[in-house]
Amino acid sequence: MSDLSVSVSSAGGPAHSAPLPEAPAKVTARNLNFYYGEHQALKGINLALGTNRVTAFIGPSGCGKSTLLRIFNRMYDLYPGQRATGQLMLDQTNVLDPKLDLNLLRARVGMVFQKPTPFPMTIYENIAFGIRLYERISKSEMDGRVEKALRGGALWNEVKDKLNASGLSLSGGQQQRLCIARTVAVRPEVILFDEPCSALDPISTAKVEELIHELSENYTIAIVTHNMQQAARVSDKTAFMYLGELVEFDDTNKIFTSPGDRRTQDYITGRFG
Amino acid sequence: MASEHTAKAFDSDLQELTRLVAEMGGLAERMIVDSVDALVRRDVALGQKVVAADAEIDNLQRVIEERAVLTIARRQPMAVDLREIVGAMRVATDLERIGDLAKNIGKRVSALESDFHPLKLIRGLEHMTDLVQSQVKSVLDAYAAHDLPAAMTVWKGDEEVDAICTSLFRELLTYMMEDPRNISFCIHLMFCAKNIERIGDHATNIAETVFYMIEGQQILDKRPKGDMTTFATTVPGN
Repeated sequence: MSDLSVSVSSAGGPAHSAPLPEAPAKVTARNLNFYYGEHQALKGINLALGTNRVTAFIGPSGCGKSTLLRIFNRMYDLYPGQRATGQLMLDQTNVLDPKLDLNLLRARVGMVFQKPTPFPMTIYENIAFGIRLYERISKSEMDGRVEKALRGGALWNEVKDKLNASGLSLSGGQQQRLCIARTVAVRPEVILFDEPCSALDPISTAKVEELIHELSENYTIAIVTHNMQQAARVSDKTAFMYLGELVEFDDTNKIFTSPGDRRTQDYITGRFG
Repeated sequence: MASEHTAKAFDSDLQELTRLVAEMGGLAERMIVDSVDALVRRDVALGQKVVAADAEIDNLQRVIEERAVLTIARRQPMAVDLREIVGAMRVATDLERIGDLAKNIGKRVSALESDFHPLKLIRGLEHMTDLVQSQVKSVLDAYAAHDLPAAMTVWKGDEEVDAICTSLFRELLTYMMEDPRNISFCIHLMFCAKNIERIGDHATNIAETVFYMIEGQQILDKRPKGDMTTFATTVPGN
């Protein structure tokens, strides 16, 4: 209603809690389209992930949020018949450039999946394996890197005495944090989380969420989640997607208290379909 | 209102909350009318009835708060639903305060023993009460119907109430200066007028809540004010 001549508080949040300052863009999509064969799964996506910010992607199943995440590190290249058009920049790098070294891209843009996927090797090797792909370092240096990564994954205190145990011997929540540590170990710039907590119990979920919050000090994070409360808890910005389109992209505080688009509102309040 | 939730039970939770607020609002409206009626007609029994009704309003507020907290805990409401629930709690708080103010008027009925009964003053008070009661009614209708323009009319319409209150104060001062035997009665009447004026303020609070529920933002503007009582009652230089 624009005919009401009153001044109001800043969008969404209370007047005294200023929104986070805009962060410089780390990943920028411009008119990004994606096709599974003939089917267009993403339609003209424009958005920017702020540096060292957490951006959540929400939307009903099949809306394209996981697809979008998989473009950020070119995961889709693994499958024939899938292609992206438009522009996707990681700083000054054109992610869609066919000549791009995908191993280097994936070192810069790490990914954590829905189900914990530790390698069938020791906890230590789970971390060291990835580092060896990109760097040649001494044993003592490697020990330091493994410890740092496990600390980064908030797992060190639980596994420091059993680094030679199998990664598969850990609980589901610990396995997921091992995967996060493995991702952090190669020093990426962006971390993508695809439903990282959907297989975890509430305590493990809280630990992963706390970890995401800590990681956001040093990394740019994108997270896809079906859990609206999780998106509200962990993210600075939230993107709502529907039928391959980006419907609304705004401060998380605004999206969950006072969304601008009717479809966003219907979705987050459980009125869809 | 938005369309239905996938979880139908959530809709009935919200409807029940709105229904309770409406019930509380009806009770508060009746208390306002009865309290001033009792005052005008020196009806001590009616005054007592108003005092007793306050317990019912207090109880409704507790029920609304409990329901609201339970709904938040069970449904984790977002956006418009969250604002709806917060709105219900805020409106219930204002209505509870309105009940207290009406109860206070009811209590004063038995204290007004004097024969002094200046009709002009009483008419002024009645007029002010009519205005305030219609403000309360309009804003509760606006709340139930999610009618933003109607709520804003209430929000902007409190000025007249304030102006009447100020003129009543001036008159009462004159009567007290004329004859000190009027003081006791006039003081009681002054408090009653102030109570009615405060009830009007609560109506504007509810209008602000309706604005928040619909727009998702808080009004930052100051309301137009016609209350000059500080001018009439404070000593210059103090």
